Amino acid sequence: MNDHLNFRLDYRIITSLVSDKSTVLDLGCGDGTLMSLLAQEKQAKVQGVEIDEEMIYSCVARGLNVFLGDLDSGLEDYDDKTFDYVIMNQCLQQLKHPDAALSDALRVGKKVIVGFPNFAHISVRLQIFFQGRTPSTTALPYPWYETPNLHFVTIRDFIDYCRLRKVRIVQSYFTAGNRFIHLRPNLLAENAIMLLSRD
Amino acid sequence: MQQDVPDGAGLGLVEPQYFHFDELRLESGAVLRPVTLCYETYGTLNHGNSNAILITHAFSGDAHAAGYHRGDRKPGWWDNMIGPGKAFDTNKYFVICSNVIGGCAGSTGPSSINPATGKRYALDFPLVSIADMVAAQQKLICHLGIEKLLCVAGGSMGGMQVLQWIKSFPNMLHAAIPMATCARHSPQQIAFNEVGRQAVMADLNWNHGDYYDKEPPARGLSVARMVGHITYMSDRSMAEKFGRKMKEKGDGTKFTPDFEVEGYLKYRGDSFVARFDANSYLYITKAMDLFDLAGEQPLHEVFRGIDVRLLVLSFKSDWLYPSYQSLEIVKACKFAGLECSYVEVESTWGHDAFLLETERSEKLIRHFLNSEMQNLVREKAGAE
Repeated sequence: MNDHLNFRLDYRIITSLVSDKSTVLDLGCGDGTLMSLLAQEKQAKVQGVEIDEEMIYSCVARGLNVFLGDLDSGLEDYDDKTFDYVIMNQCLQQLKHPDAALSDALRVGKKVIVGFPNFAHISVRLQIFFQGRTPSTTALPYPWYETPNLHFVTIRDFIDYCRLRKVRIVQSYFTAGNRFIHLRPNLLAENAIMLLSRD
Repeated sequence: MQQDVPDGAGLGLVEPQYFHFDELRLESGAVLRPVTLCYETYGTLNHGNSNAILITHAFSGDAHAAGYHRGDRKPGWWDNMIGPGKAFDTNKYFVICSNVIGGCAGSTGPSSINPATGKRYALDFPLVSIADMVAAQQKLICHLGIEKLLCVAGGSMGGMQVLQWIKSFPNMLHAAIPMATCARHSPQQIAFNEVGRQAVMADLNWNHGDYYDKEPPARGLSVARMVGHITYMSDRSMAEKFGRKMKEKGDGTKFTPDFEVEGYLKYRGDSFVARFDANSYLYITKAMDLFDLAGEQPLHEVFRGIDVRLLVLSFKSDWLYPSYQSLEIVKACKFAGLECSYVEVESTWGHDAFLLETERSEKLIRHFLNSEMQNLVREKAGAE
């Protein structure tokens, strides 16, 4: 059962944050890799939401439950605290209204796990500063004219936001490629993963 | 056997079977006796009787869902989805489809003989509901020795029966696939059905349902079907299929069907008359209109405490059963905590998509059934 070591670091981190047999809603679940991992490793009861029809086929093929839906309006049907965890991995920056979506996620989930690319990573800063061009990195690979990313957020921005909205950051992890970043994450981390709670 | 059928890859020749039982107490309180259900089965029931799938047909469908009847050039109505290696894979599953009561394709309906009078029921036939249709199917399933179905699947009115199965017999189902359907008709859907019924009844040959020994109300029923076919297509699918193409050169003054679309509708109307009973048209459309799964209570209350896994499918250009109606079902699942997947399938076919958009539906249904069967095997292994 060491298969999970082959998975992306962010999936491994998120899996480690989820407790056994919990209920999980994965917003923007993609092809369902993470949900499968959670179902196998943590016996979690998982539900996905995804906008891409092709990705849904893949989820259904894995035996997962998934809704075709828009994350900006996907949560209104759920009661408060329906799920133990709501996962928003690599989707926050692509939402039209991330603030509303996050607050809804914190309503229907007892805890929320967010993962987002850090726009203050050193390579981003250097590209803007020295080249004067919209940065293109492994975490932010798209050219400006076809990027799905609508919002650019840094780790520091997000910490400020949580303070403003009175959201508690229970745990945070910072990564670059397949490594953990412990020092100066806002400069050196490409991605951040945080476990959030309202309580 | 294969030379008898145009397409050797499918199920080949199939035959209808009949299940007779003494009586069925209807929702209205009336009792229907005796009752006959016409049904077909494809594939083989496994040893645990755990691989059975019930297919529920749409308004004008019948028990002949797949394969060929002897001498027929066209296969059953869902042959592209049911058969060896298809979505409902008859190499793996035992597939059952029965004609609804109230129908006119072998099951007891208004054109059957009323044993009390020795004549056809006509309008003496009691009002039947979707729940009654399902209650009759449940008797068939028990008769076949099946305690729990792997899945019930169907589109349009078939989807209504799927939802009713979840409500009436939740412990007899592992999974359900309601497609292009709703938990109750909207005023628009009722309105189209009413136009159809009025067309039938406006035909003098209808004669208050008493026409079995005379000329049937063919014109009225044909017009009703023409309206129906318009609602099954989309603006785009009609444009692609017919455009403004003319059948023959005419200046319109004779009001013959000049446009291809006119000829098509007339053809569909006329061929419908040959196989469908006008009174069944009235009874079944009424059953659809009166169907209201939840009634006064919220829909999620119907689903609460039920352990059935759902795959809900709607189709993008279906304006007769629009996606918002499927989303109401999905929403109720969310509230009630039912395991559920939902896809609005990309399609330009309109309501007909649930029959025609097979490539996408096929993938979803195949995978869904596969995982359901695996769950079952795992549960069994866990229990032993």
